[in-house]
Amino acid sequence: MNILTQLSDKISHHFEKGKPLYCFYALYDAIDTFLLTPSEVTSGGSHIRDAVDMKRIMITVMIALCPALFFGMWNIGVQHFLSLGENATFWRCFGYGFLKWLPLVMVTYFSGLTIEVIFAQHRGHQVAEGFFVTGFLIPMIMPPDVPLWIVAIATAFSVLFAKEVFGGTGYNFLNPALIARAFVFFAYPSVISGDAVWISESADAVSGATPLALVMNDATAQMPSFLDMFIGTIPGCIGETSKICIIIGAILLLYTQVASWRIMLSVVVGGWITGTLFHAAGMCPITGWQHLLMGGFLFGAVFMATDPVTATHTQAGKWIYGLLIGILAIVIRVINKGYPEGMMLAILLMNIFAPLIDYCIVKIKIRKRKINISKHKILL
Amino acid sequence: MKKYLGPLNKENPILVQTLGVCSALAVTAQLKPAVVMALSVTVVCAMANLIISLLRNTIPPRIRIIVQLLVVSTLVIMVDQVLQAVVYDISRLLSVFVGLIITNCIIMGRLEAFALSHKPLPSFVDGVMNGLGYGLVLVAIAFFREFLGSGTLWNYPIIPASFYEAGYLNNGLMILPPMALILAGVFVWIQNAKKDRVK
Repeated sequence: MNILTQLSDKISHHFEKGKPLYCFYALYDAIDTFLLTPSEVTSGGSHIRDAVDMKRIMITVMIALCPALFFGMWNIGVQHFLSLGENATFWRCFGYGFLKWLPLVMVTYFSGLTIEVIFAQHRGHQVAEGFFVTGFLIPMIMPPDVPLWIVAIATAFSVLFAKEVFGGTGYNFLNPALIARAFVFFAYPSVISGDAVWISESADAVSGATPLALVMNDATAQMPSFLDMFIGTIPGCIGETSKICIIIGAILLLYTQVASWRIMLSVVVGGWITGTLFHAAGMCPITGWQHLLMGGFLFGAVFMATDPVTATHTQAGKWIYGLLIGILAIVIRVINKGYPEGMMLAILLMNIFAPLIDYCIVKIKIRKRKINISKHKILL
Repeated sequence: MKKYLGPLNKENPILVQTLGVCSALAVTAQLKPAVVMALSVTVVCAMANLIISLLRNTIPPRIRIIVQLLVVSTLVIMVDQVLQAVVYDISRLLSVFVGLIITNCIIMGRLEAFALSHKPLPSFVDGVMNGLGYGLVLVAIAFFREFLGSGTLWNYPIIPASFYEAGYLNNGLMILPPMALILAGVFVWIQNAKKDRVK
């Protein structure tokens, strides 16, 4: 580490303004602060001392994603060998899934970071840590066999049009990872919908329908058991299948207070109530609880809806925001059979409305206080 | 002369004045209807400018908007009839958007801002240039949308079949209206990034 520090200090002056390598300053700065401590640290006068900065928050989210990620890798291998009718050892399954995941994540980071670095250099600010989580999330919500050039284009599109044009990390009002998925969903629907895409290189005869697709096609008899869906040995994206791993991640996020428990709880409650109502009305064969275990509902509730930048900021707003995400996700699922994954669209839609919800909450609070003050004056 | 070239670049009706955006989004999924639309708007804009400029001293100011509308709508109906007679398929494709040229802000804007106070010939040139400035953006958006969305240009396949066999797919989002808005936004971005923009 010492050698690295010395090397970094030695070459740093080449990247200063006016020097020939200045055009790579953002790249140098990003690598330097990622590996080493920044040279500027707070020396005095700040009264709140806390270890939590953006880097720490992002790393916490990535650690919380890890259980679901490792399970997902293994599950890709399991589904693959199961569809071929072969028996495979644990490590063979895991290795197969890892080799599927690695190119995805490399392409995502390369494509997204290239654009981030260009913008950071052009605008003269630092490469923000935000993309590390986005780049980690994108491979987890893609089908395992999605062509790599599509991932590259989708990532570039989402970083450019969902984030950088609005000012970069912290200014995006839409979740970039979900925009990448929505881009693939609308631009290249054949690689992300249907029954064939969710099992990696499956045999032709095997239907790889996800439980959600089975329900949509009224084939509930072939549904996997409750336990399979809870543990996650079902076809699906890398990150979304294992509910138990997502819950482990959720507990970590809640314990470290990185994510809002209000949003998580209200999404789940909203989804459960709506699912139960549809079931009672006879419009959907599955109950509210089963809805929560299917597709990307739980993954979206824990990792996507709680994104602190795109969610609402007021406490009351978080309840409204979460409830509406849960309700809308199930409504889209049940009523529009063309879009089985309603969670993505529901979160994106509510991301757009989040600032409006906050605005209304603040206005209502101000009005209440005004009324209180006027009452107080009368008493005096 | 420089005054008349403005609409093509730094006074572009769509990119700088943000007029006529609605039709730019609606008709640009393919190149052919976009070109036809661009020509229609150019003809209407130029002829309306010419006629209003000729009449400018006789129109009472209080009813000038009504007179302008009458002239424009007459021209639009004529253009619509010509399109239906000559290129019926594209006329069907453009549907209401030819009729909606009447409400295109570029035309009314040029009549108010230019034709009412200038001589016939400059007004005519101004109309042509504004129509072309509008058409330029339309064709640029349609080029990218048709090329990336359908793999064709002017309905001829451009991307070779071997690409599709190798796994290339058309971008379905390009066909959908949101992408027209995003592409128009990109062009506005490019325009704003130029140093000599009008502030």
